[in-house]
Amino acid sequence: MSELLGAYRPGTTLLHRMPVGPKLAVLAAWSILVVATRGPVASPAFAVVAVGVAVWSGLALRRTLRTMRGFLLLMVLVAAFQTWQRGPEVAVTVVSSLLALLLVGLAFTATTAVDDLLGTVERTTSPLRFVGVRPERIALAFALVLRALPAVLEVANQTRDAARARGLERSPRALLVPFAIRVVAHAYATGDALAARGLDD
Amino acid sequence: MIELREATVVVDSPTGPVTLLEPTTLALGEHRIGVIGANGSGKSTLARLLNGLALPAAGRVLVDGLDVDSDGREVRRRVGFVFTHPDAQLVMPTPLEDVTLSLRRSVPDKAERKRRAREVLDAIGLSDRADVPVHSLSGGQKQLLALAGVLATEPEVVVADEPTTLLDLRNTRSVADRLFGLRQQLVLVTHDLDLARRCDRVLVVDAARVVFDGPADDAVAHYRALADADV
Repeated sequence: MSELLGAYRPGTTLLHRMPVGPKLAVLAAWSILVVATRGPVASPAFAVVAVGVAVWSGLALRRTLRTMRGFLLLMVLVAAFQTWQRGPEVAVTVVSSLLALLLVGLAFTATTAVDDLLGTVERTTSPLRFVGVRPERIALAFALVLRALPAVLEVANQTRDAARARGLERSPRALLVPFAIRVVAHAYATGDALAARGLDD
Repeated sequence: MIELREATVVVDSPTGPVTLLEPTTLALGEHRIGVIGANGSGKSTLARLLNGLALPAAGRVLVDGLDVDSDGREVRRRVGFVFTHPDAQLVMPTPLEDVTLSLRRSVPDKAERKRRAREVLDAIGLSDRADVPVHSLSGGQKQLLALAGVLATEPEVVVADEPTTLLDLRNTRSVADRLFGLRQQLVLVTHDLDLARRCDRVLVVDAARVVFDGPADDAVAHYRALADADV
């Protein structure tokens, strides 16, 4: 999934040409709609629409699915757990809702240059300067989240490989402790890098 | 001109304060300055002092008369920093966006920002990789991109902390040639003694002290003697 999240793909689709502000509003509205009206019929329908949007935005579906293997595996586990605890209807609702949100989110990041996103977030939040909020910080936080998700997934993969190399792939401690330490170290390193570029204040 | 006046770095640890750099006084004015020494000797601490990533517990560090402690923001505009691991330094999804990020404060106009970012990428030899995902770049390309992100801010000094340690020979040459081709003052922390020899002046750091300061060949000989004495 690290290949996908946050990766802008230049293109000429309507989504690419749509201004960022309205696109962000549509994404927010879509997210509210998917969560507020979720159900065993509506949620799968949303997931189908999301697949359509993802394809329309230029995401290569086969590659998208291939790189989403980890997420899909997680979805299988979630579905199994929900089926066991709350029944198949809830499982279908939860999994298809998550897919609907994820795919439209990917379509958004694939069709929106980060610089445009930063500019829009800065402009939108600039009235909050009067209450002490710094729009450029909010915008940077947006960008860092986009970058952090694939980076954290990469750390998770490296940690899993390291545990596997020592024959410890079944040990939660061998996975979780180094993962947590490395994520914190990555956060510190990113903080240093931002400070070094004068983006810390 | 970079000046260290009795600059000392101390950090807390569970066993008490640890001195990472003993009181150090230096005036760094040469175009290319190398810093060599063993792992954990204090080289990186010295480098991080120069743009305020580390602050002195005592003494002062001045860049063109500006104090890294009280004028940190202005100092960081003048002193760019290249890290060993480029992955931590690259915070945007594509090279173009990453360099553009460096220009956000200095270039308000979006189109101009992109034009300048492409110019920087072109100068560093990455123009054909401007829009690919950062993670798909090779190690050498990532390090060049990290350097591009620094150069975009047009610093007066570039501090590079072991920028070639993770690179193969070809990429080391590529990154080193870019660094040594800079008009800016360069402070290069390195384990590569061939690179150290290309510097005008080299500091040898050992056990949190600058134990030698002089011409490159003499410094490398001193460092070798230190290593031989430890064996």
